[in-house]
Amino acid sequence: MSTVTGDALAKTPSRAIAATTVVKSWKSPIALGIFAVLSIVLFGFYGRAGTSRFGISTTTDFFQIPAVAVPTRATGIVIPIVLAVIALYAAWLVYRGHKVRVWLIALFAILVLIVFLTWASAGQTIPVPGLLVGAVGLSVPLIFGALGGVISERVGVVNVAIEGQLLGGAFVSALIASVTHSAILGLIGAAVAGMLVSFVLAAFSIKYIVDQVIVGVVLNVLVTGLTSFLYSTVLSPNNETLNNPPRFDRLPIPGLSEIPIIGPVLFRQTIIVYCVYVAVAVVWYCLFHTRWGLRLRSSGEHPQAADTVGINVNRTRFWNVSLAGAIAGFGGAYFTLGSVGGFTKEMTAGAGFIALAAVIFGRWDPLKATLAALLFGFATNLQSVLSTIGSPVPSEFMLMLPYIVTIFAVAGLVGQSKPPAASGRPYIKS
Amino acid sequence: MTDSQIPSTGEVSTNAQLPEALDADQIPAEEAAPTPAPDEPQSRFSGVLREIASGNALISVLAVVLALVAGAILIALTDPGVRAASGYFLSRPADTFQAIWNAVSGAYVALFQGSIYNFGRPTFAAGIKPLTESLTFATPLIAAGLGVAVAFRVGLFNIGGQGQILIAAACAGWVGFSFNLPFPLHLIVALIAGTVGGALWGGIVGLLRARTGAHEVIVTIMLNYVALYLISFMLRTPGLLQAKGSNNPKSPPTRDSAIFPHLFGPTYNLSIGFILAILATIYVWYLLNRSGLGFKFRAVGENPSAARVAGINVKNIYVIAMLVSAGLVGLAGANQVQASITTGFGSGIDAGIGFDAITVALLGRSRPWGVFFAGILFGALKAGGFTMQASQNIPIEIVLVLQSLIVLFIAAPPLVRAVFRLPSPSSGPRRRKLAEITGTKAVVTK
Repeated sequence: MSTVTGDALAKTPSRAIAATTVVKSWKSPIALGIFAVLSIVLFGFYGRAGTSRFGISTTTDFFQIPAVAVPTRATGIVIPIVLAVIALYAAWLVYRGHKVRVWLIALFAILVLIVFLTWASAGQTIPVPGLLVGAVGLSVPLIFGALGGVISERVGVVNVAIEGQLLGGAFVSALIASVTHSAILGLIGAAVAGMLVSFVLAAFSIKYIVDQVIVGVVLNVLVTGLTSFLYSTVLSPNNETLNNPPRFDRLPIPGLSEIPIIGPVLFRQTIIVYCVYVAVAVVWYCLFHTRWGLRLRSSGEHPQAADTVGINVNRTRFWNVSLAGAIAGFGGAYFTLGSVGGFTKEMTAGAGFIALAAVIFGRWDPLKATLAALLFGFATNLQSVLSTIGSPVPSEFMLMLPYIVTIFAVAGLVGQSKPPAASGRPYIKS
Repeated sequence: MTDSQIPSTGEVSTNAQLPEALDADQIPAEEAAPTPAPDEPQSRFSGVLREIASGNALISVLAVVLALVAGAILIALTDPGVRAASGYFLSRPADTFQAIWNAVSGAYVALFQGSIYNFGRPTFAAGIKPLTESLTFATPLIAAGLGVAVAFRVGLFNIGGQGQILIAAACAGWVGFSFNLPFPLHLIVALIAGTVGGALWGGIVGLLRARTGAHEVIVTIMLNYVALYLISFMLRTPGLLQAKGSNNPKSPPTRDSAIFPHLFGPTYNLSIGFILAILATIYVWYLLNRSGLGFKFRAVGENPSAARVAGINVKNIYVIAMLVSAGLVGLAGANQVQASITTGFGSGIDAGIGFDAITVALLGRSRPWGVFFAGILFGALKAGGFTMQASQNIPIEIVLVLQSLIVLFIAAPPLVRAVFRLPSPSSGPRRRKLAEITGTKAVVTK
């Protein structure tokens, strides 16, 4: 699928290969082309009549924006044509030896989304703020889990145990918040629980040099077993006293929360959601702009070099893996304190694995992993919104959609993602 | 692995030394290697393998003991009788210990009676039934565990067992309830349909990995969800998999001609599925340890770059490996609808086997016979766990705790040795070194 063209201007033969080789990758145009054809068939040929309305404002905004109404059939013809043009443009770019820019793919994705929403909501109104608010909410544990995964893998320890950390956090936060009647203490307890899970991961993978994937998988099973066992024997017989935590209320930020769309989506949320904004920014800044981050990354990329300049690799790994666990555990509290309240068996339902996918999808970068997690949250919420307004697609296919999109994205657009070089390898000082 | 097979794998070998180097790397990783090479390359599992190879059966037994002790503590802490007695611990401490003993012994006796032999039954034939139940539970675990193990040996992490089992069960189930064929033929066709269905579902992963470099962990996780929702949709749509005249998301029962016959008569649930599991183990052993393809598998698993230089088509190996891996997992899926649940299946037909299989493969160190016995152990824990839940009211999830602790402890022999204060195999040289150090120190101080 890819062809290599050398550049005759190369000065030295050995450099020519390294510096001026252009790899033509046809994967992006092909992926875009498939989506364009699919949308022409689905939205053009099987277009639906009527108008689709998008509700923009909520009642508490500064000023009201009327709902946007678009004709469904016309949109279903125009946008797929634009998509096809973009796909052809991408193919032309690749043919000329250029790269397909990310913004082009992003534009393409947004257009696909708009045409799909228009098609699915023929004769109905889609509440855009409601759609996004729920999406942010559903993404919260995924983002925390993904941040934990990014830190852990950047420091050189593969973190498959995100699921266990989330579940441990959810369990402990429900228990502690119920006993102490304080949601904040529950939140702290969740972080401690995630950290404890990480201690085991760190101890086994760093001290006993057990394969990190093994420890991660086994820890997931262990935490699932422990929390389910304790739920059946301890929590569920005493549901009123031990599994009845207070929930966080929505905490609108004055002023900001009244901006249309952005306000309700970002600034009318619970404290856990605000913690996400802080966590993403802090992790991103510290990882790439502080001494701590440099040490962390060097331990994961080239531990020998890090050791040579005086970094204690295994200690760095141990404490950063623990920190990663604390962050993921914090996210686990969202399942209980942030949404339903009480703990139930296996309530994370694979969110940790989705977070793991977000880490890889986001190429071990905190911001990109956050975006990937938001994508999953959005798709999940889109399904529930569309099923309430009555969508023409069977709900199972809507539920499937984010996962299929991810497979396409990983196969067609992301391609080979490279983990930190020493991720998964124990460092044994010789 | 013999030297004679190397030329056949190094067809386009550009460097004559590479195959030899590859083979040298291979040999220490072989099972039962007497002395592991000291500077084996850091492959995915070599660290663990070395640990286990240098340990002995004692470590495995002690690991199980440790896990059972941890389980006992958990049972004692959560037992209502113990909690009641500990309320007046200071006045009558013996009561607490009596309650702990009752809870723990009751649990483990039930575990034993549910998984190996029930002494409460009058005849041997009735008493041995729990063992056959264990083997019945072990059957799909062995098959799926072998599948995960094959992928591990090629360096692929197949978390997609759930999806592969669902698709395989749907294929085998569909053939099983909709066709009308004579007895042995129907069974075989359904079995093949299930295996091929699972293999193709997993083959997607191998194909994407080989052609686009998509990470198999993401793709397998995503395909699990896709399979789950696909099967859920088909189960609630009349004309696809849903039983006629029913509103439940459930398929019609498998026809008798497609059901695995019982191995020891209708008293026992054990079916010929277990024989298939044994055959699968032998096949995987042959594939990995005696065939040229297996050599390529292991070469790619140890070091894909070296394998490519040695002339192995790594991309093709990824595709073939995922086909084989998912095919074995598919066998477990077929077993689910043809032996375990023959009254029609729902979307939970995978019963968590896809994820259990990962632990089985890890405990079996991705070695065929290791997986076989790990599968039997986990099957026994599962069978005993149900008895424990029914008779002692201890939640079945304790089995998950035991399973994971066993794997953790077996993977970390130094920890087990530290707990039981066993001598470390490397303590000899270390002590000598220490003596040297102190000796030189003494010289310096003089």
